[in-house]
Formats: sequence, C-alpha cells, structure tokens
Amino acid sequence: MSRLFMFEKPLGMRDTLPELHEAKDKVRSSIEKEMKSWGFQFIETPTLEYYETIGNASAILDQQLFKLLDQQGHTLVLRPDMTAPIARVAASKLFKDQVPLRLAYSANVFRAQQREGGRPAEFEQIGGECIGDNSVSADGEMIALAISSLKKAGLEQFQLSVGHVGFVNELFVQILGNEERARELTKFLYEKNYVGYREHVKSLPLSSIDSQRLLAFLDLRGGPEVIGKASELVENGKGRAALDEMKLLWDVIEDFGASDRIKFDLTIVSHMSYYTGILFEVYAGMVGFPIGNGGRYDKLLEKFGKSTGATGFAIRLDRLLESLGDLGEPEPVTCILFSPERRKEAYQLAAQRRKDGEHVVLQDISAVRNLDACSDTFSDVVFLVGKADKEGTR
Amino acid sequence: MSGQLTIAMPKGRIFNEAADLLRRAGFDLPPEFDDSRKLIIDVEEEKFRFILAKPMDVATYVEHGVADLGIAGKDVLLEEERDVYELLDLKISGCYLAVAGLPDTKMNDVAPKIATKYPNIAAAYFREQGEQVEIIKLNGSIELAPLIGLADRIVDIVSTGRTLKENGLVEYETITTVTSRLIVNPVSYRIKDERISELIKRLNDVI
Repeated sequence: MSRLFMFEKPLGMRDTLPELHEAKDKVRSSIEKEMKSWGFQFIETPTLEYYETIGNASAILDQQLFKLLDQQGHTLVLRPDMTAPIARVAASKLFKDQVPLRLAYSANVFRAQQREGGRPAEFEQIGGECIGDNSVSADGEMIALAISSLKKAGLEQFQLSVGHVGFVNELFVQILGNEERARELTKFLYEKNYVGYREHVKSLPLSSIDSQRLLAFLDLRGGPEVIGKASELVENGKGRAALDEMKLLWDVIEDFGASDRIKFDLTIVSHMSYYTGILFEVYAGMVGFPIGNGGRYDKLLEKFGKSTGATGFAIRLDRLLESLGDLGEPEPVTCILFSPERRKEAYQLAAQRRKDGEHVVLQDISAVRNLDACSDTFSDVVFLVGKADKEGTR
Repeated sequence: MSGQLTIAMPKGRIFNEAADLLRRAGFDLPPEFDDSRKLIIDVEEEKFRFILAKPMDVATYVEHGVADLGIAGKDVLLEEERDVYELLDLKISGCYLAVAGLPDTKMNDVAPKIATKYPNIAAAYFREQGEQVEIIKLNGSIELAPLIGLADRIVDIVSTGRTLKENGLVEYETITTVTSRLIVNPVSYRIKDERISELIKRLNDVI
C-alpha cells in the first residue's frame, strides 16, 4: 500500500467547512421546523447496528453496506438508512395501541466506499416516517410534507414522480401468469433497461394483445390522465385497486394544494422488493441524481415482530444543497480587537452585542500577526485598544 | 437553460452514423458538425447542445446529468453499468463482442490470461463459463497481446473481422451482439419528459 499523506481522509469521506456547514444548518433547520409543525417527532438511533437485523432489513443492497466486526465477532453495519432503525424502535417501543406514529430524523448514513467522485460514503438524510397508518391519506401526507419541506428549504425547481409497485406487479402477474415471470420482467424496469424489456416481451409466447399491453405500459407517464390509460391495461382485480389508490392519492394531494409538483410514472421501480405500494422519487433541476425518495413499505415492521403498514420519505441533504446552488451569504461576524487595559470593556461590549443576537469574536490584538488579513476576515471590526475613550470602528 | 437538451455524442466510429440518424429524424444539424474539432456544439434552432465525448465516457456524462441524453454502444453500457435509462436500440454501428486468439491454441490450464478493453464484461463472461481467468486491461491494439505472448485470448469488439484476420487471429466465441443505444439521465427523463418523448418518437420513426 502506498503511504498516506497527513491530510488524507478515507475514500468517500468529506469534511464540512464553515461556509457549507452554515448553509447546511439553515436548510436542515428550516426543514426540521416544517416537519415539527406537522407534528413529527425527531429521534436519534445508533450509528452502528447489527448486520443481521438492520443490515438485512434495510432497502440498501448488501454490497453497498459498510460492514465491520465488533469484538465478539458480530458483523456490524454503519447504518445505511434511517428507516430500518426507526422501524426497529417503533416495533419494540414506541408503536402502542395501534396509534399511528409520526417520527422524523436528520442523520448521517453510510454506504460502501466507491472510487468515483460524487458518491460520498457518508451523507446526511432528513426524512419522516408515518407508522401504523395504512390509508392513502398517509401516503399523500408524506408526499405533501416532502413538497412543503423542500419549498421551505428554498428549492424552487423540483418535481416528484409517483408510481405504484402494486400496479406493476398485478399487471405483470395477470399477463404472465406467475410471480417469477413477473419478477423477471420487473428486473428490466429496475435496471432501467427498456430495450431489454421490449426484447424480452417480444420473446415471450404471448397473444399480440397481451404483448401490446406490456409495451404500452412503458408509456404510463404524465398527469392524472395516466390512470385512465392504465385502467385500460388491467382486467378487474388488484391492479384496479392500485389505480383506485392512485386516483385517491391525486385527490388527496390536490386537497393539500400540491398537485402542481407531481406527475405519475407507473414505470418507477426503485427497489426489487422493499416497497409495497405507492412510491415516489424527487427530482430537482441542476442535479443529475434524485434528491430524495420515499414510499410505502408495509413488510418492514413485520421483520421486527409488528404487523402494520408504514410510509415515509428521505431527502439527501448534500444533493438538496447542490440543487439550491448558491450557498447564500454567511452570517456577519463582528470582531472586537482589544488590548489588555480595555479587556473588561471589550468583554462587556461583546456580551451586550451577543445578547442582541449579533455574532461577535473577541480577539486579543497582541496575538494578531497580520492585522489587515484579520480585519478582512470579518464583516465589522471594533478596536478597543490603548487608553479608554478612543474607540475606533472601521 | 430551459428547453435545451444536451446530447453526448461518441467521437469516432459511431459518430457519423449517429449524426446521420439524427438528420434522418428531421433534425437540422449544421454541415460543419461532422468535421469540427470543437467539443461543444450548440445548435440553437433545434435547442440542442452536443458534447463530443470518448465513446467509453458517454454513459458517464449522462449518469452525472451533465448531458440529458447520449448515444452509447451496448458494449459501453455492459462494461460501465451506469445508472441511466436505455430507451432505444438505434440499430446503428452493429458489431459484436468476441473472444479471439491464435488459431489452434488452447487456453493455459492454470491461469489463462485474457487481454481486453472490457475487464468487467470479460470477467463476467468467463465466470459464467466456470473458467478462472486473469484479466489484463489494455487501452487499444488488443490484437497485439496474443501475438507477443501477453495473453492467451482477447475479448474485443469485432465489426468486420478484418483486423483479426490481418493479424492472424481467429474468433473462438461470440459473447454478445452490440448496437448503439439512446440513453437518458433518470432526472432528465422525468423533468424534460416532453422534449425527450418527442425526440424518441422521431428517432423511432426512422430506425
């Protein structure tokens, strides 16, 4: 192995310097404030979890988990998302008497290190989970909350695409006959390989009507009219139920006044098995990757011994900041430069200004080597130097 | 810029056929397009920006979203496994990936060596065959490797087979056929869906 330089960090790890930290703080607190005002309660969970429980339950693929061993030889993971830990806490402690639970978090999550840039191994997610509510109202609430949070964070250009894995599954099983064949075809959607999807459909021994239905499925993207088109593709049964949910969801989101932000896209398959119903991805201008995603995951709580539904979303703070672009002006900071004889006066002035909400640095002038550089660093400088009553400001 | 689409085009072999296809689809591309040395070409009438990239890099630009769309060979998509939508088989620049080597030779029993520009494809292919091989990555003139004893076999793109023949090599197996594909960034596919759908429709009509 080559020798490490003093300043090197492990692959995929980043420092957050003051300017970015401040911008991150602002965005985080505006989202947190919004989520709290919707009655969501924030919680924290450990950074390390067991691979066997959280690692297996999480939606993140095994090869993307950041694994290590504890002293007893158990495999641990650095938490890859917050949904599984929250499901664990909810199932074991907080979810009682079937009262729907609204929990939220802002936390760093971890993914296996990758060579290429733009793929940090550690990044912050902010999100919310609604546990124990199986209604479409809850799905709609999570979408509306995600939209409202992003608006509060100052994001103007963004869009959510909403799909329903229940519909995909029903349609495919209806036409192909069994789960296994449906899964095979779903894999092409998951891999975003539409060329392969079409070739696969054409290679199957299907009636021309059925293969036409499968090919037409790829065009189910757009506004609420998509639901009408989709219902032409399914026979009665569960696929219809999924579409009824989508129709209801549109109404819910319209009532929230947020329908201008969403589009339907029934081809979205964010994961091969994790989501169970309505799901969505969040896209913003200027960033080539989704900045957030979410959906209904009714099977997760079962893994922790509670049988109830849940729905939630997570926003990636790093990508949100990237799409916000300009970090904005940092808070102004005043520097009081003092000499020993006026130390007390300086302390009092600082205390007074801090009370008024100003950010104030106290700096003994004798420790400053380069006065010009020091003055340039701050938005305002007050000199309390030498004998009293000679205050100078510049 | 709103409404503008950025398209990553592969320089070299595929470029002419791709440009030709776009023209047939009714897009008005300037004549200097074909022999310009510029890396970025704006076609304002069509609200297109073309970026000219190495074929291997097209999928990278598209995955990161600096290009909305791209034209990339299936070989690149298989090798790079980028998170992009593969929307259309453009059916141009047809060729195939093959295993080749000196005639009448057997692969070394212990640790056969395979030279290739496509280490991931080659590794996956031989793993599927149950063969344990050692991959040697080269960046060009792959045919040289078996001739001077660097490798037992090569995995490379074959279009006419002339290069292999001229160097006294023969094909042993075909791995997969390759054509160029239209690929799209997942965010662009959703945010610029109308323009992209229109482009796909026009291309689809002339394929």
